[in-house]
Amino acid sequence: MRLPTGWATARLRRLRRSLRVAPAQLRRRWRRSLRLRVTARTVLVCGIVVLGIGFVLLSQIRDQILGVKTTAAVAQSTNGLRYAEAQLTAVDPVNGDDVRTTLERTVQQLTERGGPAGRFDVVMFDGSGSDAVPVARLNSLALGIPRALRAQVGQGVQSYQLSVLDYGSGETVKTLLVGLPVPSAIDHFELYYLFPLDQEETSLGLIQGTVLVSGVALVLLVGAIGGFVARQVVGPVRVAAQTAERLASGRLEDRMEVRGEDDLAVLATSFNDMAESLQSQIRQLEQLSRLQQRFTSDVSHELRTPLTTVRMAADLLYAYREDFPAAVSRAAELLQAEVNRFEALLNELLEISRYDAGAAVLEAQRTDLGDLVERVCAATFQVAMRQGSELVMHLPEHAILAEIDPRRVERIIRNLVINAVEHGEGLPVEITVAGEADAAAITVRDHGIGLGAGEATQVFSRFWRADPSRSKGLGGTGLGLSISLEDARLHGGWLQAWGEPGGGAQFRLTLPIRAGAELSHSPLALVPARTAPAPVTTPGPG
Amino acid sequence: MLVVDDDPALAEMLGIVLRSEGFEPAFVADGIRALSAFREVRPDLVLLDLMLPGASGIDVCRAIRGESVVPIIMLTAKSDTVDVVLGLESGADDYVVKPFKPKELVARLRAQLRRGEGEQAESLPIGDLQIDVLGHTVTRAGGAIALTPLEFDLLVALARKPRQVFTREALLEQVWGYRHAADTRLVNVHVQRLRSKVELDPENPTVVLTVRGVGYRAGAT
Repeated sequence: MRLPTGWATARLRRLRRSLRVAPAQLRRRWRRSLRLRVTARTVLVCGIVVLGIGFVLLSQIRDQILGVKTTAAVAQSTNGLRYAEAQLTAVDPVNGDDVRTTLERTVQQLTERGGPAGRFDVVMFDGSGSDAVPVARLNSLALGIPRALRAQVGQGVQSYQLSVLDYGSGETVKTLLVGLPVPSAIDHFELYYLFPLDQEETSLGLIQGTVLVSGVALVLLVGAIGGFVARQVVGPVRVAAQTAERLASGRLEDRMEVRGEDDLAVLATSFNDMAESLQSQIRQLEQLSRLQQRFTSDVSHELRTPLTTVRMAADLLYAYREDFPAAVSRAAELLQAEVNRFEALLNELLEISRYDAGAAVLEAQRTDLGDLVERVCAATFQVAMRQGSELVMHLPEHAILAEIDPRRVERIIRNLVINAVEHGEGLPVEITVAGEADAAAITVRDHGIGLGAGEATQVFSRFWRADPSRSKGLGGTGLGLSISLEDARLHGGWLQAWGEPGGGAQFRLTLPIRAGAELSHSPLALVPARTAPAPVTTPGPG
Repeated sequence: MLVVDDDPALAEMLGIVLRSEGFEPAFVADGIRALSAFREVRPDLVLLDLMLPGASGIDVCRAIRGESVVPIIMLTAKSDTVDVVLGLESGADDYVVKPFKPKELVARLRAQLRRGEGEQAESLPIGDLQIDVLGHTVTRAGGAIALTPLEFDLLVALARKPRQVFTREALLEQVWGYRHAADTRLVNVHVQRLRSKVELDPENPTVVLTVRGVGYRAGAT
């Protein structure tokens, strides 16, 4: 059946992808699973040890078997040599005895004699060295005797060697060859005993197989034990990790199961103790926070109702102030103004206590910061005019959309602008907006009295004032910047101040474009570049 | 006009302000007597404090709404979303956060009382509904649907410009006649209440449609 090529390529692509993915998945499992690592290492170490032991064991057995065989073979060969010597000594070629017949008979008899070394063959060479002719059996066996052995025997040395011989049937058999020079008055002869080692090979193979199987079994067993033990140990640790995660996600009543009295039970017990103490502390804090919120809410209501009455009364008096004598009229005005301030202060106190209770919630929506700044400037324009300050906006050409709580950010900017106008000594206040891919910044720069050393952080303290002797001017509550700082923090943003005495001050608000993202830098510098219109002294040439 | 408030000083002060504006206020100091007082006085408008001894302001609001469509303005000390939304859902048309300026309160009162004045005799279609503006009735296939004046005005505002998408701010200005400080919760809650009355399936509205990210518009007729 022909498959469409598209199908084949798709399959191939899938296969390639899975091949690419597989190592990554394996690596990940390796990194993440302690059990896998422990098991793998146990198997590896055990495998190396079993391999070593098996190797030593096998070579020892092999040496032993070969040693026994060789001793028996040499003994039998020496025996045969003596017989062959005796036969050949009896031959007298001068008397016309046929050497060749004797040799053939000898070989025949030697072959039939048998011995302790098991099955064997005998080959005899008439003569020595290269002109030697095999007696009786012109077969492959004689040709198969290695030259090295022949050379040694030819020099009159008795020796033996292991070699692979072809016994004619096409199968080759490992054979122990014993070569013996036969000294004789007539000529030199070479006698070879061939002991095929097939039986020994079979036994060795059997032993090898047994060792291999038991080795593999041992490795697998140790691996399984390793895995099992690792599971026994890792299991409770995993349970502990899961329980800890559940605790962290708020399910404070979750505990570990304690079984027995071993180390793992101690782990579980300690874990549960920790969870217990955490739970009780969190409960306590939650209760305190709830109490604080309740208190705030109650104070809010209890204060607001009389304040409403006072405010209405003050407004009424204010509306009819023309009808009163001058002093009473002025008193009505003061009452009206101070009730306003009291209300602002109450609102800010409530707002900051909401922050303290952790009850502030970010209601983020995509908002154009440029629009927001324009709106604030439009709203504070009147105040700035009264102080003689001009509001100068530097807005980017494109919209900067950020996920922010517009109410809170507007409050921050309004606070910064009013603060700058208040301390700006009637000089222009510059508001700059800039945005990047992940962060947006707004700076508010004034050229007023500036900030002294260490005051850049103090400005955010509650009820802190730059100069206690200064009049309260615009009637700020002293909480505006503290609330602004909390507002910025709620966004995950920064609110920072820079200033120098006489050189004015600059406040910078940096906000992440996406709600909840972490800030790493700000698109605007906190310390302004020296472009102030103040006279700049430049060092003259030379 | 009925003022339900437990604080005698505030109630008296409210009385002074309301009388100086030409209203005739009646007072009741707790929630339990509020309903009977309401039946007795038959006010054009109810000013209701949310925190009352006896029955809570929410319960009183629900009880009054149960038998009348008269405008209800809540007085609340809390501007937290939960409290405001709860109050609006129980049937209030508008709310004022303490401490309020007398002028602000009066402006809101007048806005609520102005409802239905100076309407032209006209008949507007919206979705599968028919609105008789002068008769203040809404009908679906001849059957009348009961709406409060505020809900009626909201529906009429949408029906008058069927092609226009209204932002929540625009609806605030047009229907409530007053610019709140970006408080669009009023609109959200009332649109939900309106839908629960006029939609056959409030989950899949066909009369008042939501335009994601912008606001609301009228359904096709």
